[in-house]
Amino acid sequence: MNSMDPRTTVINKRLSQTDRIIAISSGKGGVGKSLVATTLALELAQRGFKVGLFDLDFTSPSTHLIMGIEKILPKEDKGILPPVLKGLSYMSLIHFTGDQTVPLRGADVSNVLIELLSVTKWGKLDLLILDMPPGIGDAVLDLLRLVKRIEFLVVTTPSRLAFETVKKQVRLLKDLKIPIIGVVENMKMDKSENIARETENLGLKFLGEIPYDPEVEDAIGDVSKLHDTIIAKKIRKVAARTIT
Amino acid sequence: MHEWALAEAVIVAAQQIAEKEKLREIREVHIKIGELQQVEREIFRFALSQLKPVGFKNAIFHISTAKTVLRCRVCDYDWTFSKSNLEEDTAEAIHFVPEVAHSYIKCPKCSSPDFEISEGRGVWLENIKGVR
Repeated sequence: MNSMDPRTTVINKRLSQTDRIIAISSGKGGVGKSLVATTLALELAQRGFKVGLFDLDFTSPSTHLIMGIEKILPKEDKGILPPVLKGLSYMSLIHFTGDQTVPLRGADVSNVLIELLSVTKWGKLDLLILDMPPGIGDAVLDLLRLVKRIEFLVVTTPSRLAFETVKKQVRLLKDLKIPIIGVVENMKMDKSENIARETENLGLKFLGEIPYDPEVEDAIGDVSKLHDTIIAKKIRKVAARTIT
Repeated sequence: MHEWALAEAVIVAAQQIAEKEKLREIREVHIKIGELQQVEREIFRFALSQLKPVGFKNAIFHISTAKTVLRCRVCDYDWTFSKSNLEEDTAEAIHFVPEVAHSYIKCPKCSSPDFEISEGRGVWLENIKGVR
């Protein structure tokens, strides 16, 4: 036989006690995906669900900054136990790199993803939220290959440039028969219904719009302030539509 | 001890191969461990002995260690990984996820972090032998 990487064989076992695995994705970067993923995870936890948040944007992680979390080396018990922070079981490469630069090529990104999926013991979770890197690169393709039961929630801005890339991602997911929960329109600045209409044209559920809010910057790093923002209020509605 | 998680992956993978090759009883399992991940061999071996299923009762686990060779993609320089130059926290982080080496190790010749882990990264199942 050829040498074999054994790690992939246990990934679905590690996730077997997680009811739903939801990837928050986008075709382009800069659409506020990490803010949506983090706030959604926090709001679902606030509702009493047991929630995990896994930052898969390994080279440019930001969910820890949004929540004001610093590097904590996880504990081990026959695997890696994600620390419980701000009410979430939280896994990010920052646990191991802190604020160091993380220069990774595609093959390295795959290896980090496979390593963390195969050794992280999430335990019993109602929902695991994955903050994805933008686009359709290694992390997305590996998750589609390795994680059964994955669902996608797609984030866009009102920009046609962002939505055009969403269409491409949606096409791929539909071809592979991957469930898509719906589309969230972030950073909305007018009353246009273009994205809602286009989303429905794709046969997808429009989960809601989140206004552009410059004041959210003041809430970065402070979960209680974040909870009081207009963004969090809107995401509570998205959360309700996500779990129904 | 995440050696247990790695050992479990080896056992599950070996079971899948045994099933595919219709092996009833496994006699030998050959595993290669890359130095970079600094797997504690005794814990790993103990975990294998505790996790092995019925068909592996008499299996002998042969564990070899592979030196870690790093190759700079910028200047083509090859060098070997040595834990001795690393802080304890850094070595621990690399133990958890070997790729974080890119955050802490640079090419000794040109200082680039753009290197390839060309040999000796993690745990590999090399071969299994058994009877049908």
